[in-house]
Amino acid sequence: MTKFVVKRILYMIPVLFGVAFLVFAILSLTPGDPGTIILGVTAKPENIAALNHEFGFDQPFLIRFFTYMKNLVLHQDMGISYQYRRNVWTFIAEAFPYTLLLAVLSMIVQSILGVSLGIFSAVRQYSTLDRICVVVALVFASIPGFWLGLMLIMFFSIRLKLLPVFGAESLAHFVLPTLTVSLTSAAGTLRLTRSAMLETIRQEYIRTAQAKGASERVIIWKHALRNAMIPVVTSLGTGFGASLGGAIIAETVFSIPGMGRLMVNAINQKDIPMVMGATLFLAFIFSMIVLLVDILYAFIDPRIKEKYKNGGRHRE
Amino acid sequence: MNKSSSRRRAQIGEFWRRFRKNKVAMLGLVILIVIVGMAVFADLIVPYSKCVEQLGADKLQGPSLRHWFGTDELGRDLFARIVHGSRNSLMVGVTTSLLALLVGATLGASAAYFGGMVDNIIMRLIDIFTCIPPILLSLAVVAALGKTLRNLIIAMTISCIPGTVRLIRSVVITVAEQDYVEAARSYGTSNARIIFRYVLPNAMGPIIVNTTMMISDMILSAAGLSFIGMGIQPPRPEWGALLSNAQSYLFTAPYMLFFPGIFIILTSMAFNLVGDGLTDALDPKLKD
Repeated sequence: MTKFVVKRILYMIPVLFGVAFLVFAILSLTPGDPGTIILGVTAKPENIAALNHEFGFDQPFLIRFFTYMKNLVLHQDMGISYQYRRNVWTFIAEAFPYTLLLAVLSMIVQSILGVSLGIFSAVRQYSTLDRICVVVALVFASIPGFWLGLMLIMFFSIRLKLLPVFGAESLAHFVLPTLTVSLTSAAGTLRLTRSAMLETIRQEYIRTAQAKGASERVIIWKHALRNAMIPVVTSLGTGFGASLGGAIIAETVFSIPGMGRLMVNAINQKDIPMVMGATLFLAFIFSMIVLLVDILYAFIDPRIKEKYKNGGRHRE
Repeated sequence: MNKSSSRRRAQIGEFWRRFRKNKVAMLGLVILIVIVGMAVFADLIVPYSKCVEQLGADKLQGPSLRHWFGTDELGRDLFARIVHGSRNSLMVGVTTSLLALLVGATLGASAAYFGGMVDNIIMRLIDIFTCIPPILLSLAVVAALGKTLRNLIIAMTISCIPGTVRLIRSVVITVAEQDYVEAARSYGTSNARIIFRYVLPNAMGPIIVNTTMMISDMILSAAGLSFIGMGIQPPRPEWGALLSNAQSYLFTAPYMLFFPGIFIILTSMAFNLVGDGLTDALDPKLKD
């Protein structure tokens, strides 16, 4: 088991390096150079050249990449923002807590709602409540999150004047954004949990348990749930990526000063170091979460543990 | 040849019979046909000039007989903008999904079929792409290439390739282990022919279902990206961009938010319903 965990962590190093290279390469496709972007096309060529030199932009691509990586790994330095002329990291450190809070709150609401309703729906298949759940989940899975957010604002903030609309000063400000991100993704979790549960309930060992006279409660909680939860847990792990994405869009709706707003603003200002830093940072966080879920997964499912014991990654 | 084509027809007939019995899926199909029809015949329903025509006297008018869905802040007819916007929204959704399918099928099928080194290289590359949440990847590409329709399609295609490759790889692995593939290989059929003639057609079911659902997702993502100003740019009408614009008039003209949203939901839901219906109709386990 330790071997698996160590192996999995070591494997992340080249992957993260690859991610950095990919993001760096994509963003290097941006036309123009920092000098022209900051000073404008009308500036003196020698000033532009001086600024390009300051940003190391006169170096070849690979050298720039390795310098960037060296600074990133050794000095936790993500470069200087074109628009603010300050270290990118300070902006990320300010913005990330908002995005993290929103993503984590959404994840919690999404898991609780999606998993519990999904189990309920499956156990009482074809009941009225199951039908309602299925229809509501279908509708919510088709709603764009930001549209739901705007509708929530209209209803709760403008009509009922219950909750604040914009900003991030208090927890109350996070109620609507959390609902915006979580309700649409909970629909997916509900559908997945329901189908995984239904699939598991049809298995032979459930029938065996029934035949042995185990109570329904024991069958559902002890036998079915543990097996049905495996795909659900994995999907929640990758779902955190979707939560981050949802949070990025929800931040624009609710004017929360998080990573989404930071990035949209940076893209509009062609502030490439900022976009790069933000993308890399979020990709890094996301990879760590996927890694964590992967390890967790091996603990939940003894079959996986067994598979890794015999060495290496297998073709699934 | 003749025999196999008639058998194929019989299979399709059987499949259609099962799909037709599913009322919910049929509802999805009908909605889908109406919306696609709207996009195809947009010019016959309402001329394009209507969606750029600025009627200064009719700014921010609520729904009426003259303007079914009201007008925007420049006095443009929202019904016309939604009808013509359907072309852009659908086009982005369908094009990205088909492109992702094309790339995903090539890479996924090669990885699965050849295995070994090829599989390793492709999948390790995909691992890297998977580490970047789709919307971030799209944002990075749009940031680098610029905010145009073409770049939006490129960005979104790249962001959904990893999922497609994984799915197709796993489906193809299952099919490639079947005896008839082994048989074809044993009498010297070329690799390309085996992949396209035997493996892919038999792996079609899950791939079609996934593509249908992917279109639904892509329509939502495109709307989201346009909404934050990273997708289709004004004055070109697109549903997400219409919503982005409506955001400024939340207090004064809520109908501007309502109608484009309903169309996005209906379209996305129709694709989901059809996808669910296809899953059931293609699943041999559920055969009565």
